[in-house]
Amino acid sequence: MRIKTTEVIDTFAEAFEMWASRIIITAQTAEWALAAARSMTGFATSVIGCKCEAGVETRLDPAQTPDRRPGVSVLLFAFDAQGVGKRLTERIGQCVMTTPTTACYNGLTAEQTVAVGGQLRYFGDGFQTSKKLGDRRFWRIPVMDGEFVIDEQFGVVPAVGGGNLLILGKSATSALQAAKAATKVMRSIPGVILPFPDGLVRSGSKVGSKYKSLPASTNDAFCPTLRAVVERSQLPEDVNCVLEIVIDGLSLSAVEEAMRQGVQAAARRGIKQISAGNYGGNLGKYHIRLHALFEHARAVS
Amino acid sequence: MTLTLKLNTEPSVPLEAAAITPARLTGLDASKVAALPVLHGNEELTVGDFFAVQGKSDSEFRLEGDLHRVKHIGTGMAHGRLMIEGSVGAHLATGMSGGEIVVAGDVGDWLAPEMSGGRVIVKGDAGHMVGSAHRGSRIGILGGEIIVFGNVGNETGNTMRRGFIAVGGNAGDFAGVSMIAGSVIVLGELGIRTGAGMKRGTIVSMHDAKLLPTFRYACTYQPVFLGHYLDYLSGIGLPVSESQKTGRYRRWSGDSIKLNLGEVLLFDK
Repeated sequence: MRIKTTEVIDTFAEAFEMWASRIIITAQTAEWALAAARSMTGFATSVIGCKCEAGVETRLDPAQTPDRRPGVSVLLFAFDAQGVGKRLTERIGQCVMTTPTTACYNGLTAEQTVAVGGQLRYFGDGFQTSKKLGDRRFWRIPVMDGEFVIDEQFGVVPAVGGGNLLILGKSATSALQAAKAATKVMRSIPGVILPFPDGLVRSGSKVGSKYKSLPASTNDAFCPTLRAVVERSQLPEDVNCVLEIVIDGLSLSAVEEAMRQGVQAAARRGIKQISAGNYGGNLGKYHIRLHALFEHARAVS
Repeated sequence: MTLTLKLNTEPSVPLEAAAITPARLTGLDASKVAALPVLHGNEELTVGDFFAVQGKSDSEFRLEGDLHRVKHIGTGMAHGRLMIEGSVGAHLATGMSGGEIVVAGDVGDWLAPEMSGGRVIVKGDAGHMVGSAHRGSRIGILGGEIIVFGNVGNETGNTMRRGFIAVGGNAGDFAGVSMIAGSVIVLGELGIRTGAGMKRGTIVSMHDAKLLPTFRYACTYQPVFLGHYLDYLSGIGLPVSESQKTGRYRRWSGDSIKLNLGEVLLFDK
């Protein structure tokens, strides 16, 4: 299958079941809300190394936030609901509560919840107070610029992690341009994040290593410098740079839509192939076939 | 379908009508409702001696007529919606735990004493002791919402432990007296001795107030949490301005003769 001059490989991205939460951070200005969100989503690229994956979903106008101040929506993913709760407590406590003028709200209506404000309240050392309006309880924790307001409970939902695209370019410049174009449109899809730096990964990994203590190692099949060394190299002639985009989403359909739009945006002159990473289909519950993304879109249209 | 009770014989003395509550009315036909007992002074009569009863319902109940002498309506209410198309007497919604009461007119004293849930909306004024503990009780309301569009009398929220009372007009003296926790928001003016003996909890006013000397000024700041309450109130129809929602408030802490963990927030115009 080809889009423009780019070949879309008939393969699949292997994605996993995860759990996720949506966090709404508000502040006196959009800049402070974003500062808190960036801090909270730092070092959250891969659940293997960082215990969670997180990213900014979108920026919010005052009319879209619970307290009518500028805000940012963040999504955080972990392997289980308990893990989401622990990471939220750590990261909101260290990164959001510390940021001037912020407040932090649950952004998901879900059957299952985890206590976050209900844990962080103890920072108030007995001076914290709770307020309950309708069914919603939030905590007011005294801090040096006034009060930090946070919801007691945050919703957690089953989600999908590890959707991905591999962009095989003739040069680093062409691969970067295509990948940036892809991440730009993918970020506009509600319910997804791209957890790596500015959405891109250059150090894609495979499962296992020659070193027994390592669970993952470099994806040698896609390393240009190893084309002549490894037998399983997947790189055709003229490919000198591969960049990966990892996608986590609140639903499979959101991940699929982001991947579909990402492929379309990345396909161009200078991009030889677009592929996806998998582990033989044995690890992840979801197999997102690249060609099926477009068959489904055609069927719908 | 709605069960409607229309007052056709005005009581000459206070009528105690604790039977007029969804817990007693649900599922009864008109004849059985008419046979429910009421106390007219010291005389035991029936609902049918004062009201024309129509319909049958599990959830919607309507009262019509000038009920200012009818007391104890909605006692122990736990579900359903009770609409009162006029004014009503004292002790409305005593011990209410769920459902909603909407009063188009005024309400007498002792509105929703010791309620624990549900919501009462009064479009007119309410008397003294709104959302209070009964005399001798150690704890007042434990939850729920009381929204009064007009003015209220003295001792609003006396000894309240949880819950939310909002007043669109002015409050009398001793608002939040002996308050244990919860929230009282008064869009108008407060009387004297606000929050006397309060342990915790929040009292808000959009006007300046003269507080007891046992309250101490803390700071002037923008309480983000208050915006949630004021948004909610403006959604119900109370007159809340944008500047009140996002403005700064002077925070006073008290009452220092108790825990000193209560707060009075006064809008900094």
